[in-house]
Amino acid sequence: MAKSTVSENTRTNLRRQIDENLRRAYQEELEREVPDKFRELLDQLRGKETSK
Amino acid sequence: MTSHHPRSRPGSRYAPPQVAADGSVEDPRTALTSHLQSLRAFAISLTRDATSADDLVQDTIVKAWTNLDKFQPGTNLKAWLFTILRNTFYSDRRKNRREVQDSDGVHAAGLVEKPAHDGRLAFSEFTRAFEKLSPEHREVLVLVGAEGFSYEEAAQTMGVAKGTVKSRANRARARLAELMGMAEGEEVLSATGAETLAVLGRAAVPAA
Repeated sequence: MAKSTVSENTRTNLRRQIDENLRRAYQEELEREVPDKFRELLDQLRGKETSK
Repeated sequence: MTSHHPRSRPGSRYAPPQVAADGSVEDPRTALTSHLQSLRAFAISLTRDATSADDLVQDTIVKAWTNLDKFQPGTNLKAWLFTILRNTFYSDRRKNRREVQDSDGVHAAGLVEKPAHDGRLAFSEFTRAFEKLSPEHREVLVLVGAEGFSYEEAAQTMGVAKGTVKSRANRARARLAELMGMAEGEEVLSATGAETLAVLGRAAVPAA
C-alpha cells in the first residue's frame, strides 16, 4: 500500500527534521556563557573542603 | 521502533570532552566544571526560564558536590549530574504544584500554524512548539535527540525502562509534529490525518 510507504518516509523525514532543530536549539543554549556564579560556587565548595 | 535510528551522537562541536573516555579517571571535582554548560542547557530545557534554571544548576552543583563519594569513578559523570538535576527539578515541581506554565505567555491558546509550504520546519515554529511540550517530553528529546545519550543512558538518567525512553521519545516527536500542525506532508495529513499521527505515535502503547 503506497500510503504506508509515504507514512514511513515522512515519518523518517519528520524525525530527521525534528532532531536537526533540536540540536540547533540545544546548541544555542550550550553556547550561552555560563554565569560566573557557578564557578564561584564551585570555588567556595572547594575552599570549604581544603579548610577542613 | 522498526527503523533503526543511527545513534546520532552529535559531533565534537556538541559534546564536551567525555570523562574517562579512555578509562582514565579524572577527578570528578575538576571534571564537574566542564559540564556546567550542559547542565545549564538541560536545566533551561526543563524550566524554560533562565532564573529557575540557574537555581536548579546551583542546587545540582551543591548536591553533586556533597554526594561525590557516591559517584562511581569511571562511569558517566555527565549522566550522573543530569540525574541529580532532573530529580531535583521534578521534586521541586511536586513541592510547588502551582506550576508557572505560562510565564512567557508562550502557552497562549490555539496556535496551530501551518508549516512553511516546502514542508521544512521553520526553526521558530519548532522552538515555540517545543516550549509547549511537557517537561517529560522535552527531557527525553533533549537527552536522546540533542545530547546524544544512548537509550540506556537516558533510561538510567530518567529512572525508567529503556522501552519507556523509546516510546516516550516517539510520543514526544509525534506531539511536536501535532503542535506544529504537521503530521508531515500536508496531503498525508489531510487524507489520513489520524492514521498518520497514529503511525508517528506508534508508541501509543502505554509505557510503564
